[in-house]
Amino acid sequence: MSDNIILQTKGLGISFGGLHAVRDVDFVLRGGELRCLIGPNGAGKTTFFRLLSGQHTPTRGEIIYKGKPLGNLQPYQIARLGIGVKTQVPSLFEGLSVFENLELAANQTFSGLEAVSIVDETLERISLQDQRHTICQELAHGQRQWVELGQILASKPDVALLDEPAAGMTHDESLKTIEIIKEITAKSSVVVVEHDMDFIKLIGERVTVFDRGEVIADGTFKEIASNPQVREAYLGRKEAAVA
Amino acid sequence: MKNPVLNISSLVGVIVLAFAIPYFVEAFTVLNFTVYIIMAILSLSLAFVWGMGGIMVLGHSAFFGLGAYAYAIAAVNFGPGWEAVTLSMLVPATFAALLGYFMFYGRISDIYVGVITLAVTLILFNLINSTSGPQYKIGSAPIGGYNGITAVPTLSWPNGNFIDINGMFYLSVGLLILSYLFIRYYLSTRYGKVTVAIRENERRAELLGYNVAQSKLITFSIGGAIAGLAGCMFANWGSFVGPTIFGLVQSAQIIIWVIVGGRGTLIGPILSCIAIQWMTTQLGMQQVVNVGFVLGIVLTIFVLLVPSGLAPLLAKIPNVVRSRLNGKPKEDVALGSPAEEGQT
Repeated sequence: MSDNIILQTKGLGISFGGLHAVRDVDFVLRGGELRCLIGPNGAGKTTFFRLLSGQHTPTRGEIIYKGKPLGNLQPYQIARLGIGVKTQVPSLFEGLSVFENLELAANQTFSGLEAVSIVDETLERISLQDQRHTICQELAHGQRQWVELGQILASKPDVALLDEPAAGMTHDESLKTIEIIKEITAKSSVVVVEHDMDFIKLIGERVTVFDRGEVIADGTFKEIASNPQVREAYLGRKEAAVA
Repeated sequence: MKNPVLNISSLVGVIVLAFAIPYFVEAFTVLNFTVYIIMAILSLSLAFVWGMGGIMVLGHSAFFGLGAYAYAIAAVNFGPGWEAVTLSMLVPATFAALLGYFMFYGRISDIYVGVITLAVTLILFNLINSTSGPQYKIGSAPIGGYNGITAVPTLSWPNGNFIDINGMFYLSVGLLILSYLFIRYYLSTRYGKVTVAIRENERRAELLGYNVAQSKLITFSIGGAIAGLAGCMFANWGSFVGPTIFGLVQSAQIIIWVIVGGRGTLIGPILSCIAIQWMTTQLGMQQVVNVGFVLGIVLTIFVLLVPSGLAPLLAKIPNVVRSRLNGKPKEDVALGSPAEEGQT
């Protein structure tokens, strides 16, 4: 692993019929890094995540994790290697309690009392101690997002892929979500996909911009905000909000 | 039902009640209740596979029939001992494992899994039906085609004594309780929790690193083994097995028991199986209405009006009564969470 690279893609691509959803993406994530991915709707961000987590099989290129190609591993095998995913739409065990949801995540890495203690710790971090026995389908949207982030915290993956963790949240909830993401970053390398430019600005880390399946820019928030290609592809429509 | 004292006292209550029944009713009723209990084991097996594991099996009678035939053939060949009982569970479990391997590792969608299992049981029905004639035999056991295998040697107690009507009833109740406790134990383990998690969200389970296909295969095979045990007891009960146990009617009945009892519960399908069979027997004694017609109405009512089933409905009653007594508004009443119901 040169330069502390934990996850890398080389010429990664996938086509659905004639549509190139992701094309020739070279991406590098280093140990302990927090990276944001932005791009307009249909830019290929979620598809890129699905490729990294094994939910889609690439038609071109390769994914290298900890120096080894992932090949055509199943999603559960990739998860066991240490890549955790928070999906775009909260994907929980709806009929199970918050505790059970987190326990299932912790059990994958830890066992017995250690797993229970990690779940308790996670409940505190996501501020859902009082809802530990609440069934997930009864939670508010923001709380559901936190439970899924809690699953990432509890399973302590080496790489966490977070797809729109603050979608549909209030400003205060978003601030709490940033706190949780920072906690995840303390143990894992993190990639965050988000539409909300204010949220990206608050995270304040390196940003990679996707458009039409390709990486069109990479840099600090300031750099990408002043990039004409990015402004045309994405920020043009959000300029007022960013300013 | 998370209170261990309540659980143990309920279990003791059921055991006492079950063991008292033969002293208060006629032998014919005991005989009928024995088959209800055997079918309750079958219902429990589908409650586990479908209700807990989320695997929709439309042809669950395949495993019941395989268990019954495996026992009958083994009992004729080796005598009615533990080997025959073991085979009655091993054969359907192995068959489930083979079938499940192709279905789950082949990532066949839920609806097709249901259709395939239904097709399999109908194939077995036709296969067994076409084995009339002396040339169709396994060892010394003639398969018998449509006539089935008659005079199946039945089990004896370990001391060699013949198991009478009451004994068969007690044995069936004992096996039902053991099967229930085994499933409860399994569901409390790490593997069991994953089984339920997969029912709730297969994709999330996979993204957390759980091998969904493997877990489903284990669930399916365990369910097959328990259904096979029910088949073994059924063969012992009537000393006969016939191809109709693979039939569509048998498969449909198991599904009705689970739907009416409540998917996601274990007690519900046991109770509904016993209740529906009792009702079927009672209705069969009169000539006014058709039994199938009434069963259809019961199923329709439950699907439309009580979709969660009998057990969750019964679980709500104490809370509703308590709230009425305390004068609390309805909204404040915790009506039994799905997770609690899932543990029932």
